[in-house]
Amino acid sequence: MKKTTIALLMIGAVALSACSRDRYNSATDGANNSGVAGSVNDPTSTAYFNQTIGDRVLFMVDQSTLSPQAQGILDQQAQWLNSNTAYSAIIEGHADEQGTREYNVALGARRASSVQSYLIERGVAPGRLKTVSYGKERPLAICSDESCYQQNRRAVTVLTTGAGT
Amino acid sequence: MTKLNLLVALVLMTLAPVFSATTATAQQGPLRIEITEGVIEPLPFAVPTFQAETGSAGAIAEEISRVIAADLSGTGLFREIPSSAFIANVTNFASPIQYADWKAVNAQALITGAVSEQGGQINVKFRVYDVFSGTELGQGLQYTGTTDGVRRIAHKVADTVYSRITGETGYFDSRVVFVSESGPKNARRKQLAVMDYDGANVKYLTDSESLLLAPRFSKSGDRVLYTSYETGQPQIYVLEVGSAQRRALGTGGGNMAFSPRFSPDGNGLIFSLEQGGNSEIYRMDLNGGGLVQLTNSPAIDTAPSFSPDGSRIVFESDRSGTQQIYVMSANGGEPQRISFGPGRYGTPVWSPRGDLIAFTKQNAGRFHIGVMRTDGSEERLLTASFLDEGPTWAPNGRVIMFTRESQGAEGAPGLYSVDISGRNLRRVPTPDAASDPSWGPLQN
Repeated sequence: MKKTTIALLMIGAVALSACSRDRYNSATDGANNSGVAGSVNDPTSTAYFNQTIGDRVLFMVDQSTLSPQAQGILDQQAQWLNSNTAYSAIIEGHADEQGTREYNVALGARRASSVQSYLIERGVAPGRLKTVSYGKERPLAICSDESCYQQNRRAVTVLTTGAGT
Repeated sequence: MTKLNLLVALVLMTLAPVFSATTATAQQGPLRIEITEGVIEPLPFAVPTFQAETGSAGAIAEEISRVIAADLSGTGLFREIPSSAFIANVTNFASPIQYADWKAVNAQALITGAVSEQGGQINVKFRVYDVFSGTELGQGLQYTGTTDGVRRIAHKVADTVYSRITGETGYFDSRVVFVSESGPKNARRKQLAVMDYDGANVKYLTDSESLLLAPRFSKSGDRVLYTSYETGQPQIYVLEVGSAQRRALGTGGGNMAFSPRFSPDGNGLIFSLEQGGNSEIYRMDLNGGGLVQLTNSPAIDTAPSFSPDGSRIVFESDRSGTQQIYVMSANGGEPQRISFGPGRYGTPVWSPRGDLIAFTKQNAGRFHIGVMRTDGSEERLLTASFLDEGPTWAPNGRVIMFTRESQGAEGAPGLYSVDISGRNLRRVPTPDAASDPSWGPLQN
C-alpha cells in the first residue's frame, strides 16, 4: 500500500516537473529528486536511498526529537551520503494540521534542523545539507486522524545533484 | 416611554467597559443601539429603495439600497423590515416623512435616499429617521462616486447609519486581503487576493505559482506583507495593493523568514527569522536596514503583533514547553506571559482599540478563536470547531474574521466572521477556498 502511494507520487512529480517549473517545492516528498531514480537494487541510486534506506523520519506530536528508529534511518542516510558525494540534500520539515500555520512553519524548521544536525554529526559535510520547512502546507496523507497525522509529521531528505545549490 | 421602546440594549457579556468610550461619543437623539449588557434584540429598520432621480439610476439605486440593508443586517445588530411588509412607500426624497406608516410596520429606523447618475458620476443623498420619536437622526448627507464604485458608496452610507445609531465607527467600507486556495489538500495552490469586507469585488494580487502564507495589510491599507516560497525558501515580500508590484525584503539570507507584520507607522516590520531550527523575532526597516533581534530563547518565537501605539509587541512562544502568549516592549527585553488557561495559545493580534488581544486556542482536540485583555485577564472563547485559526480585527474592533478549516480528506478552509460578543457567526463568501484573512482599514 505504501509502495503504491510512493510510486504514484513519483509519477505525479515527474509529470509536474515536466510541464512547469513548479515553485511550490520539492514537497511531493523526494519527488524533486530528479526523474532518474534508478533501481531500488542499485545501492548508489536515489531509489535505493528513498525506498530501501528510507528518505524520511517521523516525529511525535509537537516534537522534534529523533526516535531510536529515526536515528537508525539517519545513520544509513549518513552512510549513503558519505559514500555518494555527488549528491547534496534538502531536508524538508513538515507538521500535521493540528496547529496554527506559522507555528507549524517553525516546528517544521526545528524538525528539519534536528535531522540536519544528526547527519552532520555522522560526518556529512554541512555544506551539502540545506533545510526548508513547509509547516502544515504539504500533508502527505490527507485524512484528519492520527493515521494520517503520523505520516505528515516528518522530515524528508530530498537528494539533489550538485554541490548544494 | 417612547425613549424606552427605542433603546435597544445588546449583550456584550463581560465586555461592557470596552464600549464605555462609545457612550461618551454617542450622537444626540433617542434612537440608539447601546452596546452594553442587556437583551439581544436587533433594531428593526426599513430601507425603501432609494429614488432614482435620473432615468439611468434605477438599477444603481436598487443595488445601493440592497447593499446598505445587507451591511446593517450583517452586523446582527439590525433587522430589516422587508419591503413586502410596507404599507406605504417613499415617493419623493424631499417630502415630509409619514411616520405613522413606518410605525405601523415597526420600523424603528428609516433610511431614505435618492440617486442620480450623469456621465458615469453618481450622487447619493440620504437621510436617517428615528421613526418613533418622529425626528431626523443627524442631517442629510450626500456621497458622490463613479459607477464602478457603487458598492463603496453604499458601504459609506451604511457606515454613516451604523455610526449614527451605535455611536461607533463603522467597518463596511473596508477591504480584506486573504489567500485564495484551490486544488487537493496535498497539493494546494495559493494566491493572494483582496476583496471588500463582505466578499464582493475579489481581485487577485499574485498568481498561484508559489506557495504563500499569511498576508498582512499595512495600517493604511496600501501595502501587504506576506511569506512566499518563490525562491524555494520562505521569504518575506511586500506588495503594493494598487499596482500588485512586489519585492522581496531580503530578510532571510539563506534562512527562513516568515510571519511578517507592519509596524503601526508602516515604515518597519517585525517577523520571525529561523537559524539552526530556532525561530526568533526581529524588527527591521522596510528599506532593509536596522535589523534588531527582539527575542532570544531556544524556543519557537513567532506570530508577533504590535500594539496600536507601537510601544509593545504581543507574540507566541513555546519557551514554557507549549505555545503561549507573551507581551514585550517594542524594543525587546524580558517578555511577560499573559496566557495561563488550559491548552495552547497562538496567533495573538492586538485590537485596533488597543484594549483586547484576539488569539487562537487549542484545547482538548478543538480550536477556538478568543479574546482576552492585554494583561491576559477576562479570557473569552468566541468560537469552537475542528480547526479555527488566525483572527484579524475589523477596523472598529467590533468584529473578528478568521479561517475555519473543515475536517477530513475533502476538508478546505473558508473565512468566517464573529462579533466579539461571540454572536453573529457568519461565513464570508469567497469564490474558492480561502484562508489567512487580514482586515484593512476603513477607506477614505
